[in-house]
Amino acid sequence: MAILRLALQSLINRRFTALLTLLSIALSVALLLGVERIRTEARASFANTLSGTDLIVGARSGPVQLMLYAVFRIGNPTNNISWQSYQEIAAMPRVAWTVPLSLGDSHRGFPVLGTSTAYFDRYRYGRDKPLVLAKGERFADLYDAVLGAEVAAALDYRLGDQIVIAHGAGDVSFARHDDKPFRVVGILERTGTPVDRTVHVSLEAIEAIHLGWESGTPRRGLEIDVEQARRRDLTPQAITALLVGLESRIATFGLQRRINEYPQEPLLAVLPGVALSELWSVIGLAENALLVVSAFVVLVGLIGMLTALLIGLEGRRRELAILRSLGARPAQVLELIIGEAALLTLLGMLAGLGLLLALFALGQPLIEAQLGLHLSLGLPKPREWPLLAAVLATGLLVGLIPGWRAYRMSLSTGLSLRL
Amino acid sequence: MTNALVSLHELRFRWHARGPEILAIDALEVAAGERLFVEGPSGSGKSTLLGLLAGVNQPQQGRVEVLGQRLDQLGSAARDRFRADHIGYIFQLFNLIPYLGIVDNVTLPARFSQRRRARALARSPSLAAEAKRLLRHLDLDQPGLLRQPVSELSIGQQQRVAAARALLGSPELLIADEPTSSLDTDRRRAFIELLFAECTEMGSTLIFVSHDASLEGLFDRTLRLPELQRAADSHMTAS
Repeated sequence: MAILRLALQSLINRRFTALLTLLSIALSVALLLGVERIRTEARASFANTLSGTDLIVGARSGPVQLMLYAVFRIGNPTNNISWQSYQEIAAMPRVAWTVPLSLGDSHRGFPVLGTSTAYFDRYRYGRDKPLVLAKGERFADLYDAVLGAEVAAALDYRLGDQIVIAHGAGDVSFARHDDKPFRVVGILERTGTPVDRTVHVSLEAIEAIHLGWESGTPRRGLEIDVEQARRRDLTPQAITALLVGLESRIATFGLQRRINEYPQEPLLAVLPGVALSELWSVIGLAENALLVVSAFVVLVGLIGMLTALLIGLEGRRRELAILRSLGARPAQVLELIIGEAALLTLLGMLAGLGLLLALFALGQPLIEAQLGLHLSLGLPKPREWPLLAAVLATGLLVGLIPGWRAYRMSLSTGLSLRL
Repeated sequence: MTNALVSLHELRFRWHARGPEILAIDALEVAAGERLFVEGPSGSGKSTLLGLLAGVNQPQQGRVEVLGQRLDQLGSAARDRFRADHIGYIFQLFNLIPYLGIVDNVTLPARFSQRRRARALARSPSLAAEAKRLLRHLDLDQPGLLRQPVSELSIGQQQRVAAARALLGSPELLIADEPTSSLDTDRRRAFIELLFAECTEMGSTLIFVSHDASLEGLFDRTLRLPELQRAADSHMTAS
C-alpha cells in the first residue's frame, strides 16, 4: 500500500501528462461503454419495433421476408391473403383482435399503408408504448391520411395538405392516383420505428383508388370519380398481412400451427419477437464490428499510456535507485510502475463512465425523440462488467512492460547510477 | 566472528563471470561508531564496494558481514530488507524524490522498514516531527522552507535533506557516496560536521567515500582503496 501511495504521488506530480493519458483512456472507455450500451439498447428497441402483437400473418414465404415487408415495409410481398381468410382468422377462437395491413402504394418514396383504425389502438412499440397523434386525428373520411412523423417532417406537410398517392412502391412513379387526392388529417408522434415513414389511410381508401385499375393501369373511359367511388362496395378482395392479438399468450403456438396448416390458402404466421431477433442476427454484424472498433480505440488509449510511462522511465532512473537504496525490492519497483498504470487505467475508467453518463443524461431527450432509443443511465450493467474488467486487465498488462523494464533496470544498475 | 560492525574477508567481485575482477579485498573491518573515509580515484571500485556493503551487489567469493549478518549468504529480498532496516545511504547528487515534499522525503525510510519507523517514533511523537527534528539539527528550519518543492532547494540543502533521510530511524550504518562533491569547499566541511554530530547522536557508523583527499583529516581513519586492492593483488601473486 505504501508503494501505491507513492505511485499516486508520482502521478500527481506529473499531472499534466497523467491527465492527458487519463483523458485518452476516459474517452476510449466512454466510447466502448457507449457503443455497448447503445447497441444493447438498439437491439432491444429493434426487437420491440412491434410489441403487443402475438402473431403476424402473411402469404407463405420466409419469416424474415414477412417481417421485412409487413413491419419494415421493405420489399414486396410475394402474395396476398384473401379477405375471406382474413375474416376466418379473425373469427378463430382465442383471437382477441386483428389489424389488416394493405401495402403496395407509396407517396414520394414513403410507403402507404391501408389499415383499420384498430391499428392506432393495437400497434405497440418499445415497452408497450401506443401510437400517439401529435396533431389532428385518425382518418375518418375515405380520403383522409395520417402521416408518420418523418413523412411530415421530410415533406413539410401540415394538417389539411393534399397529397397524391402513387401506384407501386417506387420513389418515382408514373402511375399516380392523382384523380383521388388525400387530405392530411393527423400526424403521429415520432416512434423511432418504420411507422414514422408510413402514410396511413383506410383499407377502403386503398380499394377506392384502385377502382378501375384492376388490370394494373387505369382503363381509359372507365375512370370512376371521387364521389362515385364512395357509393361503391369498398370491401377489399385481399390484404397483404395482418397483426393478430390473442386473449392469452398460451394460445400462440396452437394458433400459429393452425394458421400455418390453413387448408384454403398457403399462409405463414410468425412470432414477431422471434422473427425480429432472427433479422437482427443478420444485420447485427455491423454492431459487432462497431464494438470491435471501439475495443481497438481503448487499446490505442492504453498504448498512449504505455508510451507515456516508457518515456517517463528514462527520467526516473535516479528515482528508482533512490528507492532501491531505501530497501525497495525490485519487485516493489515493478509494483510502483504497474501501480501507476493501474491507477491511470482505473481513474480513466471512472472518468470515462462519468463522461458517458453525463453525455447520456444530456443527449437522452434528443436521442429518445429522434431515434426512439431509451439510453439507460446508472451503474454498469452485468454485460458491461466483463468489458471493464478486460480494460483493467489490459491496462495492467500494458503496465507490465515499463514495469519490467524498471525491474531490470533496478536489478542491473543497482545503486551505481551516474547521470 | 569479530565485534566489528562491518567485516570483509577474502572478498572478490566481478560484474560478469568472465569479466575483469573489479574488487579484491582480503580483509577490512570497521568498528562500531567509527567514521571511515574511503578514498580513491574514479574507477577504483568505490561504488562497487558500497554496493557490496549495502547488499545490492553480491560477491563471487568471500564474506561480507554487517552487524554480524553474513550478507553474502542472504537472498536478495533479505538483503533488501536488511538494507531498509539498518543502512542509510546518501548519493552524490539528486538524492530526493522529486514528487515528494521535504518531510515526505525524509520519512520515506519508514515506508520500507517497520524497524526504522519504530525507532523514529521512539524519538518523536510522529514521523513528521522526527523528520523536522532532524532537519532542524541540519540547519533546515527556516520558516516556509519545508513547504517548498524539493526541486527549489539548493544543492547544499538537498544534500542535508538527504542526510536527514539517511539518519531517520537511526540506522546502524550510514553510507555516503561522495555526498559533498557538488558542494563548495567551506560548505563541505560544514556538511560533514553536521553529519558527524548526527551520527554521534544516532550512534551510527559512517562510511564516507570521496576522491577529495583534503577531507580525510576530519575522519577517524582513511582507507585508500587502490592500496587495499593492491594488497589483494600482491597476495594473489604471492600465493
